[in-house]
Amino acid sequence: MPVYHATVGGERFRFDGLAALLAAATAERSGDQLAGIAAGSAPQRVAARYALADLPLRSFLTEVVVPYETDEVTRLIIDTHDAAAFAPVAAMTVGGLRDWLLARTTTPEMLHAVARGLTPEMVAAVSKLMRNQDLIRVARKCEVVTRFRNTLGLRGHLSTRLQPNHPADDLRGIAVAVLDGLLRGAGDAVIGINPASDSVENCLAMMQALDGLRERFDMPAQSCVLTHVTTTLEIIRRGGPVDLVFQSIAGTEGANRGFGIDLALLAEAEAAALSLNRGTVGQDVMYFETGQGAALSAGAHHGVDQQTLETRAYGVARAFRPLLVNTVVGFIGPEYLYDGKQIIRAGLEDHFCGKLLGLPMGVDVCYTNHVEADQDDMDTLMTVLGTAGVNFVITVPGSDDVMLSYQSLAFEDIDYLRAVTGAGPAPEFQAWLQRMDLAGEGALPDMAEMTRRLGIVA
Amino acid sequence: MSKDLIERLHALTPSRVRLDPAGGAAPLAAVLDFQACHAAARAAIHGQVDWDSIAAALDGSSFRVASRATARADYLRRPDLGRMLDPSAIVPKVQCDVALVVADGLSATAIAHHAPAMCNLLMSALKGMTIGPIALVEGGRVAIADEIGDRMGARLTIMLIGERPGLSVSDSLGAYLTFAPRAGTPDSLRNCVSNIHDKGGLDHAAAAHKIAWLVRQAMHRSLTGTALKDDSHLLG
Repeated sequence: MPVYHATVGGERFRFDGLAALLAAATAERSGDQLAGIAAGSAPQRVAARYALADLPLRSFLTEVVVPYETDEVTRLIIDTHDAAAFAPVAAMTVGGLRDWLLARTTTPEMLHAVARGLTPEMVAAVSKLMRNQDLIRVARKCEVVTRFRNTLGLRGHLSTRLQPNHPADDLRGIAVAVLDGLLRGAGDAVIGINPASDSVENCLAMMQALDGLRERFDMPAQSCVLTHVTTTLEIIRRGGPVDLVFQSIAGTEGANRGFGIDLALLAEAEAAALSLNRGTVGQDVMYFETGQGAALSAGAHHGVDQQTLETRAYGVARAFRPLLVNTVVGFIGPEYLYDGKQIIRAGLEDHFCGKLLGLPMGVDVCYTNHVEADQDDMDTLMTVLGTAGVNFVITVPGSDDVMLSYQSLAFEDIDYLRAVTGAGPAPEFQAWLQRMDLAGEGALPDMAEMTRRLGIVA
Repeated sequence: MSKDLIERLHALTPSRVRLDPAGGAAPLAAVLDFQACHAAARAAIHGQVDWDSIAAALDGSSFRVASRATARADYLRRPDLGRMLDPSAIVPKVQCDVALVVADGLSATAIAHHAPAMCNLLMSALKGMTIGPIALVEGGRVAIADEIGDRMGARLTIMLIGERPGLSVSDSLGAYLTFAPRAGTPDSLRNCVSNIHDKGGLDHAAAAHKIAWLVRQAMHRSLTGTALKDDSHLLG
């Protein structure tokens, strides 16, 4: 095991192994403290950053944080590393990569070209040396475009998942929430329901309802019922209208096992969804959610800090064809991200790391009632993410998800974000909104007619 | 636009739908109502369960144990301690089909409003099975039921736990079913019935029906988790 040293304030600090160094270099967060791997003091944290800055990027190809032999995520990362893409940065240190990413001369095209040459651990490492503004500045340079029934991620566009959850999966209640979101122009990334019950029949009924709604409105968008991948596979076998396969993923084999998945199962599900050939402008068929702390929560963190493991989950995601990836950054709880400051930092890290690795990164700007955060913190996070060029955010009626019991963004927040960033929805969806008088320009939509077409008998 | 139509649409969901085609910034009344609900949820998280009242309302016998994280500040930051029984805990070794476990979780009010009624309904819905004395757990997380069920000698545990309060509902109860409970059981080997409350969620009778169906399936197939799908509604 390599040992790293650095001196700060006259005190010499020692770090035993790459995982320990990465953990100590991470901005303070409760999850790493819970795991017992966080820096013990502020000087120690800075010392770790000095040592990390001098580390050659090449060393990440030989020094792994989770054993290659026992973890399929590590094998995926090492075995699919693209040496040719890595070449332009192969001689750099982590600190050198930070400078290169920030350089004016490093273009979006160069970032795109290097993505497959960077491992998740390299990206996590460099993010630990970057201030919030650095994370924003570099992420803003990355453009990751994906397609299914519309085009997401184009520069100057900001999309939204419309999340119309209902505590009893009531289809009419869901339709009313969909209507509320469409009135504010939400839903171009996906109309996606978290079901209260994971039964095949129930999920299939919701999928059919969303698909019928999309067809009646001739809406250039996709739908998803966010159930376990095995349930979605069964629905595909039964001929259900599956646009996107959803799954929560994490950065170690053990944590993924905790979710009841492995890479082979994800590949099987992706192939099944591709066989349906339901996309019109593209076939990016996967939808992944992640969140710092998932591996620790599953008891499968291997002494690695939660931000590095989160970035390894992006390594899993990019082995597939995701239309959407989002971190549910404030959802997981105070034992992982304690307050608004930690959530904001983590949201920017996750967005940056995902984008640099080439993922269509969105963020669920959210919090639960047991963390020290409120609406003002979410206003700050969505604004900085808008500046950073986030692909999409999640929106619910009045910021209140009545099924999952947490607070995400409200449909009104899109008006705000579009006003302050100037970004519009996906181009196909924007044209549809205008056709439907839903673009907030001129005539207002006819509520009775909308209600009738939604199939709601009120 | 009909005001009547909007009212009827509102009645179809507990969500904070606005249904205003004109849009614009959120109205101040909605902003302040949100803040009031957030304040109430924050207060609920730090509430205490009156375990004596819970025990008195149960049709069966019960016993009390605590986790290693009974202070709320510890409970929030240290879920690992909430999954472990306090070393002084005494768990009766009874050998039973089902261990019913009730834990405060993140909502003391969920336990007060729903736990006794759910326990009593489940005990009658599971007639024919042996059910141990009900474990009442202070400072408990879901996985603490594994150790309790194991020490009781139960084939399956039903954990009823207070879910994290949302803005609209701060008394939602969740039920987690685990076959062959052992410390270290992954969450993928559990089944969950969530949102048990009377503000648009699952009512007690429907929840008990669903849980009892899952329990019988689990006993029959000797498993819980993602391999066991909830098809209870097909059987009426």
